[in-house]
Amino acid sequence: MSKARASFGRSAGVHIALIAYTLVALFPVFLTIVNSFKSRNAIFREPLAIPTPETFSLIGYETVLKQGDFVGYFQNSTIVTVVSIALVLLFGAMAAFALSEYRFRGNAMMGLYLALGIMIPIRLGTVAILQGMVATGLVNTLTALILVYTAQGLPLAVFILSEFMRTVSDDLKNAGRIDGLSEYAIFFRLVLPLVRPAMATVAVFTMIPIWNDLWFPLILAPAETTKTVTLGSQIFIGQFVTNWNAVLSALSLAIFPVLVLYVIFSRQLIRGITAGAVK
Amino acid sequence: MGSLQLKSIHKAFGGHEVLKGIDLEVKDGEFVIFVGPSGCGKSTLLRTIAGLEDATSGSVQIDGEEVGHVAPAKRGIAMVFQSYALYPHLTVKDNMGLGLKQAGAPKKEIDEKVSKAAGMLSLEPYLARRPAELSGGQRQRVAIGRAIVREPKLFLFDEPLSNLDAALRVNTRLEIARLHRSLKATMIYVTHDQVEAMTLADKIVVLNAGRVEQVGSPMELYNRPANVFVGGFIGSPQMNFIEGERLGDAQAKTIGIRPEHIGLSRESGEWKGKVIHVEHLGADTIVYLDTENVGTITVRLFGEHRYAEDNIVYATPVIGSMHRFGTDDRVINSDR
Repeated sequence: MSKARASFGRSAGVHIALIAYTLVALFPVFLTIVNSFKSRNAIFREPLAIPTPETFSLIGYETVLKQGDFVGYFQNSTIVTVVSIALVLLFGAMAAFALSEYRFRGNAMMGLYLALGIMIPIRLGTVAILQGMVATGLVNTLTALILVYTAQGLPLAVFILSEFMRTVSDDLKNAGRIDGLSEYAIFFRLVLPLVRPAMATVAVFTMIPIWNDLWFPLILAPAETTKTVTLGSQIFIGQFVTNWNAVLSALSLAIFPVLVLYVIFSRQLIRGITAGAVK
Repeated sequence: MGSLQLKSIHKAFGGHEVLKGIDLEVKDGEFVIFVGPSGCGKSTLLRTIAGLEDATSGSVQIDGEEVGHVAPAKRGIAMVFQSYALYPHLTVKDNMGLGLKQAGAPKKEIDEKVSKAAGMLSLEPYLARRPAELSGGQRQRVAIGRAIVREPKLFLFDEPLSNLDAALRVNTRLEIARLHRSLKATMIYVTHDQVEAMTLADKIVVLNAGRVEQVGSPMELYNRPANVFVGGFIGSPQMNFIEGERLGDAQAKTIGIRPEHIGLSRESGEWKGKVIHVEHLGADTIVYLDTENVGTITVRLFGEHRYAEDNIVYATPVIGSMHRFGTDDRVINSDR
C-alpha cells in the first residue's frame, strides 16, 4: 500500500518535471509560430496573445515568399542536411564496425583519436577550413558545407555506434561467415539492421546542429545560390530595423522539414527499442 | 569424407596462451565431444577448426587437406551456436537456405534441401516464420537445420543445448543422436556438461587449461581415467580423492574411488564415519560421510535408503575399484 503510494508520488513527480520541461522547451517555438501570424503592431503590443481576427496577418509569410528565393534556400538546407546525415551514418557505422569487430594494432588509440572530435569544436579550425576550401575552389558550393558537417558529425557517430556494435552477437556474425557472407554483407545485412535504433539516435543528434547552423553557411557558402534557410532568414534582421514578421515566418517554416525528419527517425528509434520485447 | 587432423595447434591471444599444442585425429563419421571446465580452450579449438580464429601455429586438415588459409565458408563445415545465431530479419526457410544461396546453388535445389531438412526436424509448419516468433527449442532446431542443409563434411556444435531448459535439453539431445545415426556425418561437439558428453559421444576429448588430458570412449574415461583431473571431471557425483598415506599406500599420492563403488553398512566395514548429509533422489541416495580414516567422502547407493544425519555407519570400497595416482597426478595402474 505504502509502496504503491510512494511509486505514485514518484511517477507524479517525474511527470510534473517532464511537463515543466516540455513547456519550457516548447515555449519559444509556440511564441515563434503564434507571432508569425500576427501584424507587426500586434507582435509588439501583446507578444503572448493568440492571433485574433483583428491582429491576424500573413504579411510575414508574404514577405518571405516574395523576397529572396526561399524555396531555393530550403532546398539547399535539405540537401546539405540529408547528404551529411547519410555520409555520417555510412562512414561512422563503417568505422565503428572496424573498431568493434577487428583486432588490430592501435585499435584503442584509433578509437580514442576518432572520439577526440567530440571534445574539440570544429569551429576552432574555421580559418584553416576556409583556406582549404579557397584552395580547392569549393567556396560557395554545397559540397563545402557537406564536407564540414560530415567531419563534424563523425566523432559522435563513431563513438555511439561502436559501443552499440559491440553488443551485436559474435555468433551471428560468425554464422554469416560460415554461410559465406562477405564482411560487407555481414556489415550491411546483419549488423546495420540490429543497430538501427542507435543509427536513429545519431541521425537526430547530427541533424539538428546542421540544420540550425549559421556559422559555416555564412563563411563558406554565402552566395545567393547556396544560402541555407538559417542564413536566408538573416536578410530580415538588420542593424537598425528588423522585420520581425518575416523573421518569425521564416523560422516557423524552417521548423517543419526538420520536424518531418525527426518523426521519421524517432519512429525507427521506437521500433528498434520494441522489436525484441514485443513478439 | 569428413575426417579431421589437428597437429600441435597453438593459439595465443596477446601473450596469453589458450591452446598449448593440441594433437587430435577424428575419423570419418565419428561423434567427438570436447569437454572441459570453462576457459579450458574447447570453444577456441572449435572456432579454430571452423576458421573463425587462426591458429598461432600448427595445422588443421579436413579430409587430408590443409585448411589453415581457407575461409570458413569454403571449409565444408557447418556450425551450430549456443545462442542459435539465426538471422533475425529472415524467415526460417531463408535462414536455412542462405548458405546455399551464397554458394550460388539453383533455387530448386535449395528448396529441395531445405524441405528435406525441415522434414527431418519437423519444422515444416514454421518455414514462413521469423526467428522471433519461435520458441527456444524451435530456434535451436532451425539452427541445426541450417547446418544440415549445407551437407557439410564436418558438423560443429558449440554448446548447442546450454540455452535450453532441462526437459528440452534431453529431447534435443536425443534428436542430435538420432541425426548422427541417420546422417552418418562427422560431428564435433563442445560442451561443459559431462552428461551430454557421456551420452552422445563415440569419443570424448577432455581438455584442461589448453591441453588434452585424455581421449577415449566414454567408458574408457569412466573406467580408466588417465589422471586425477579426468577422474574428477567424469562421473557425477565426483570421484572421492583420498591421500595415499591414509590408506597405507606408499606409492600413490592420491587414490580415487567413485561414490558408486563404496558400500554402506550400519554394523561393520572398513571406514567408520558419521553421516553429515543425505540426498534422496528416488533412484539413488547420495550420502555424505565424515570418516575418521579417510576424511569426507561421498557414497552413492542405488535405490532408497533410510540413512539420516548423525547416523554412525561403516563404508567399504568395492574390491578392485580404486584408481591410484602418482605424485605427477597420473595414474599408476588401475587395480581393476
